Amino acid sequence: MVHGELWTVKELFVYPNEYIYWTIQIVMYPFMTGLVAGAFVLSSLYHVFGVTQLKGIARFSLVFSFALLPVAMLPLMLHLLQPQRGIEVMMTPHFTSAIAAFGIVFSTYGMIVASELWFVYRKHFVETAMELRQLGDRTFSQHLRHLLFSALTLGAMDISEHALEKDEKAVKILAGIGIPVACFLHGYAGFIFGSVKANALWMTPLMPVIFICSAVVSGIALCMLTYIVTMEARKLIAAWKRKQYPELPSPEELKSAEVHVVTMTAKYLIMFLILAITLELLDLIFRGYTAVKSWDILRSVIYGRDFVNIFVIQYGMGNLVPFIIFLLPRLTIKRAVAGTLMVLLGVFMMRWNVVIGGQAFSSSFAGFMHYHLPIWPHDMETFKEGLFGALTVIVTPFILFWFLDKVMPVFKETH
Amino acid sequence: MITRRNFCKKTMLLVGGMAVPLAALELFDPKKLLADKSDKDKVRWVFLVDTTKCVGCGFCVKSCKIENEVPYDANVTRTWVERYIITKDGATHIDSPKGARDGFETSQIDLGEGKFLDIKKEDISKAFFVPKLCNQCDNPPCVQVCPVGATYQTEDGVVLVDRSWCIGCGYCIMGCPYGVRFFHPVYRVAEKCNFCYHRITKGMKTACVDACAFGARQIGNLKNPDDPVTKIIMTERVNVLKEEYGTKPQVFYLGLTKEVK
Ligand code: SF4
Ligand code: SF4
Repeated sequence: MVHGELWTVKELFVYPNEYIYWTIQIVMYPFMTGLVAGAFVLSSLYHVFGVTQLKGIARFSLVFSFALLPVAMLPLMLHLLQPQRGIEVMMTPHFTSAIAAFGIVFSTYGMIVASELWFVYRKHFVETAMELRQLGDRTFSQHLRHLLFSALTLGAMDISEHALEKDEKAVKILAGIGIPVACFLHGYAGFIFGSVKANALWMTPLMPVIFICSAVVSGIALCMLTYIVTMEARKLIAAWKRKQYPELPSPEELKSAEVHVVTMTAKYLIMFLILAITLELLDLIFRGYTAVKSWDILRSVIYGRDFVNIFVIQYGMGNLVPFIIFLLPRLTIKRAVAGTLMVLLGVFMMRWNVVIGGQAFSSSFAGFMHYHLPIWPHDMETFKEGLFGALTVIVTPFILFWFLDKVMPVFKETH
Repeated sequence: MITRRNFCKKTMLLVGGMAVPLAALELFDPKKLLADKSDKDKVRWVFLVDTTKCVGCGFCVKSCKIENEVPYDANVTRTWVERYIITKDGATHIDSPKGARDGFETSQIDLGEGKFLDIKKEDISKAFFVPKLCNQCDNPPCVQVCPVGATYQTEDGVVLVDRSWCIGCGYCIMGCPYGVRFFHPVYRVAEKCNFCYHRITKGMKTACVDACAFGARQIGNLKNPDDPVTKIIMTERVNVLKEEYGTKPQVFYLGLTKEVK
């Protein structure tokens, strides 16, 4: 069977070679890079602009952004038909291609986040390394930890007041440089689509900006959600531990910090949400108003075939409902969880509607294609480009985050 | 001590001094050298399709599949033939079952999803066939977007795919407005018509041109003024597909009408 034939249903006149070639993984790709960029922007709000209320979530989102980073690449690799040659993009980049820029932008961004993390956690690395060094007889695992942390210090053992101040300055500078790079990382993911002139739905210079805005929205939402979940878990653990050690902070103390952070973050979420929706609507209205040749088929896809996906799920459930949830006074944690989940759904649907919706009509403008997501995998292809491939991509950052938290404890006070 | 004036002076000197040898270093361009010696500018392969001659037999599709080892039963093809039936009410009906590999065996229009449409003979105002293939664009978006350069254009204008280099990302498939590209079911890399490059560079015709009994397909060299194809392109009213994309297609059509997509 030909690649794509399994999940494509054709209707009316579609060119014989046309299938849905970009599937769920290409939906996951901008979704995941969006989360990376969004999480980083959130952390920078504290580091660069000194929004102190966000201090609690800033370090968290920085580590989370780092955990998400390798996952931005995963869907691309899973999607390639020759994944073993994927590295060639780095070896023989063809600079007229938007995808070829990925390696460069991605590694620049990765280095910025890594160095920022290093400055944030240097004190912790040094302290841990010192502690382990003082231990007389180390167990094997302690020995490994000692090696790891000594390596992580990179030999910079000075943790005097003065040195730490310098660290903080470096963090600020890196976070400042990081913002445009993060936006670029995601803007250019939008550019990959926006520059495909053969596709009437994608072809718009607004695509990169729309992608950036919704990326920030999704990143903030995910950080909020994960933050709430981890805090809840911590509360449970704290309540349980306090039975033995009453000197630990009470669950109430932990909780007060939480609501405050969540309300503050929600404000930024709404701000970016408004921006994202405005741009998307502008794009839609503009297309309708100028009504070029492709508008006929676009209209039948947008207002007909994809109506539920676009207007009910994306705009209604994903934008309008959370908008109301966050704007109503006295935000509670439960409402915030519901709101962030719906925002994430909305952003995911936006990616879906762009990637899959863009392939819903033939280049002949005379036929349509439907995509049936493979659910149960029965070979590698249906696994990679099906539901379970997408789930793999979603789960990975959380596993990575768990590991990273072991080395760079997100909730421990350092500076 | 270095005064400010002194510093500026020295910097200027340094920059100036560095610029001189840099300017002398003109980048060596192997293409330029080649151009001076060879006569590579002598060939530009183009294709001419006479839609008034095509009868929709599909011999070209069949021969292309066999010649170029595109699995015979796979639902992809390097070239195909479209059937257009325009009814008196102005509606356009188009189909191309299996790319017209077996011609058009019934008069019913294939609507996909297993549905067919019967059109009465007396309702038809005009009907014709249009063969399609890669346009070997002069400004090929597929070459532009390929992230590893696996799709490239030769000096004589033909766009080729390097099977050992393509990573299978599908960007070129998305970038081609004519929908001619697909993934080869066996090699799992991008695939498309290459004007039978292995044949034309040896002085032969493409498989589809050889197979067409009606002379609807012709291949020629646009740089040769005596070539019959060039003569037609230069003197008759030919047209190309989807010119608005700026791809500068090099497959020319005789008798193209506004209904053709
Ligand atoms: S027709 Fe498509 S595949 Fe052929 S050269 Fe043009 S863009 Fe490339
Ligand atoms: S599928 Fe192959 S030829 Fe096409 S753009 Fe990707 S790497 Fe290039």
